[in-house]
Amino acid sequence: MNILYLLIPIGLIILGAAIWLFIWAVRSGQYEDLEGPAHRILMDDDDPMIPENAAKKAREKKQQE
Amino acid sequence: MCCPGCQAVANAIVANGLTDFYKYRTEKSQNPQQSMDELYETLSLYDKPELQKDFVKQEAGSLRQASLILEGIVCAACVWLNERHVMALPGVSEFRINYSSRRATVKWDDDKIHLSDILKAITTIGYVAHPFDAGRQEKLHKSERSRAMRGLAVSGLGAMQVMMLAVAMYAGESQGMDAGLRHFMRWISLLITIPVVLYAASPFFKSAWRDLKYRQLGMDVPVSLAIGIAFIASCWATLLNQGEVYFDSVTMFTFFLLTGRYLEMMARHRAGQASEELIRLLPVTATRVSEGEEQVVSASELQLADLVRIKPGETVPADGVIVEGKSSIDESLLTGESVPVSRSEGSEIIGGSINIESPILMRIDKIGEDTILSSIVRLLDRAQTEKPRLAQLADRVAGWFVAVILLLATAIGWYWWQHDPANAFWISLSVLVVTCPCALSLATPAALVAATGQLTRMGLLTTRGHALETLARATHVVFDKTGTLTHGRLQLEDVITLQDQPRQQVLKIAAALESASEHPLAKAIIEAADKEQLTATDISAITGRGMQGYIDGRLYRLGKPDFVAELGADIGQHEAFRQQKTVVALADEQHLLALFVLADVVREDAYDTLQALRDLGLNITLLSGDQGPVVSHVAEQLGIEDAHAGLLPDQKLAHIQAMQQSGDVVVMIGDGVNDAPVLAAAQVSVAMGGGSQIAHASADLVLLSEQLPHIVDGVVMARRSLAVIRQNLIWALGYNLLALPLAAMGMIAPWMAAIGMSASSLVVVLNALRLTR
Repeated sequence: MNILYLLIPIGLIILGAAIWLFIWAVRSGQYEDLEGPAHRILMDDDDPMIPENAAKKAREKKQQE
Repeated sequence: MCCPGCQAVANAIVANGLTDFYKYRTEKSQNPQQSMDELYETLSLYDKPELQKDFVKQEAGSLRQASLILEGIVCAACVWLNERHVMALPGVSEFRINYSSRRATVKWDDDKIHLSDILKAITTIGYVAHPFDAGRQEKLHKSERSRAMRGLAVSGLGAMQVMMLAVAMYAGESQGMDAGLRHFMRWISLLITIPVVLYAASPFFKSAWRDLKYRQLGMDVPVSLAIGIAFIASCWATLLNQGEVYFDSVTMFTFFLLTGRYLEMMARHRAGQASEELIRLLPVTATRVSEGEEQVVSASELQLADLVRIKPGETVPADGVIVEGKSSIDESLLTGESVPVSRSEGSEIIGGSINIESPILMRIDKIGEDTILSSIVRLLDRAQTEKPRLAQLADRVAGWFVAVILLLATAIGWYWWQHDPANAFWISLSVLVVTCPCALSLATPAALVAATGQLTRMGLLTTRGHALETLARATHVVFDKTGTLTHGRLQLEDVITLQDQPRQQVLKIAAALESASEHPLAKAIIEAADKEQLTATDISAITGRGMQGYIDGRLYRLGKPDFVAELGADIGQHEAFRQQKTVVALADEQHLLALFVLADVVREDAYDTLQALRDLGLNITLLSGDQGPVVSHVAEQLGIEDAHAGLLPDQKLAHIQAMQQSGDVVVMIGDGVNDAPVLAAAQVSVAMGGGSQIAHASADLVLLSEQLPHIVDGVVMARRSLAVIRQNLIWALGYNLLALPLAAMGMIAPWMAAIGMSASSLVVVLNALRLTR
């Protein structure tokens, strides 16, 4: 069982990373709005992702500038 | 399309290629109410630096940032539409809407685009945006939320790790474990527990310290003692490598309690957000008239003795006197009066009320702190601070419990010191840990969280922790009338036809005459009439009296009976005039055609609700600011015996305080600004969801569903949860009483103590979960 002396400290490091990650998420405001993202994901804005449309959009943008 | 405005909105949406909005929206958008041009003019004021300094944050270069309140956001599609539309504007670098709070933050480059252009862009797609000062309270809430989140993360993740190690150690106890490994695991547990105790649990220690300073024994004192003593003892045991460790209990306990507090805090914040919008009762801009010239200025710039023009539909910016014109003014938000009152030259008008009929010119007499609106806010503040701090059931029990436990532990320790000094410390410690008030301190919050969750799903939002406990003990329910027992707006109650024309026909004529009017009476009549309309020509409005106009060449008048009679018809005597109701008459040049009886109609479910409340053994009182006859009519309809009319806010307050003096526990249900101080003073208060924001802010519960029967459900739920809390307390105390003598005799092994502690907490939580069914 000597391997535990190594594995448990590794677990501890991962724990520290998890807490740091969570605190970072809270600080950057990811927990401010818990309802919005659930809806946002359903709005698939994939039109501009389709290569044809993306090219068209880029052209339009160039014209505007 | 109902109007050109809607078409313009649709055009703007289609032209920008945002038609997905129609695909995704789950609710119909609201109609823009003000005409666009006027709105644009007002919006351009927001570019003034003196107005911007309140809510705009300057960033590097010409980059600026502001927070906006968005009106009209009803579903996620609205959020999507607004974000897409505004982000497409050149110069806007960031625009994000928070769906839960309906607030947005916008960042823009002031060289490329002005704030008013952004606001206009939002207006063109049918929403209304106002900048607002995020304010101290909002920032405070944000940091409080973030602090609670971080505490939850540290304690939750810590608890999982420690529990995992604890299971290994328990298993090792029976199956045999390397002493070195066991010692190592203890050290790791200690390491993980340090941040949980020092960081996550610090709110308990702070609050316990505060309690002790004021010589009280609150729930946080035993909680802190349990966490503190168990932690220190476990550290001691780890350092000396003897005795037992309780790290698992410490972390789990902290995590459970923090979760409960977090949920409670979220509900409180959500209600608190509403109070920010209170300021919006006063308009941001006003039309100042100086030397015959009209100029739109920001309302904060107004000085005493300034002359201000107020158009129909606009809000009065400050207290003052009418110097020119005559109109009816809607003061319902402030006084609770449901019918607009007629005001003419020389009469005083209150800031926050709405001009209904015709333009008036007013002179400002009072601004800022001196206005009636601010005095109501001050009254509210006072009532809130004077609110009796109700000792909570658990707190009372806990106070005694802690005192007894501490005395017992000392006594037991002293006894063992005499007989077996080597074991004295460990035995008195196990007494303290076994009797750890885990279950006891979870008993109340677990039940409250379960019950409030269930009530929120029903549409009754709990904003203060004590609300349910007090609601269960209530003896007296006090209702406001307007907007609570009634719908809060005039509706057509009856049409009395006097000639042989049918009801629908007279209604059509009346609706045609009223079609251009903004008056609530007119709205009620139009609402009741058929969709297909007649057209009236040459309509003229005579302020405070009525309307006249031609339909198919015949002259009609609609309004006050004496005004209508001037055309030549004989109005005679009629039953309806003698009742104290609002009566509108319709006549042509020969005859009186019909009488329309209007009233603020009582909610359909009001009678049953009151009956159900009486069946629960509650007394019912009606306190209203409205006139006597109207109030007694409603009271009669609903069978309320104890009804009081014509009360000002401070009289209502005095009434409630008198009831409290005689030992009643008062529940107040209201909706208006005038109710706010009373809501704050009552032991439990319920605000209607459609009521004013300030009422929400001062209430313990908010009835979001606007369904009166849910109040009955609330009382029933409150009583059930009080019963569950009692059961939980009895169980927790019973467990402790049983375990204490065993521990005192030194018979309890640590693993037994741990299992007992977890099991008793689990029973308490499961019992509380019964409330959600």
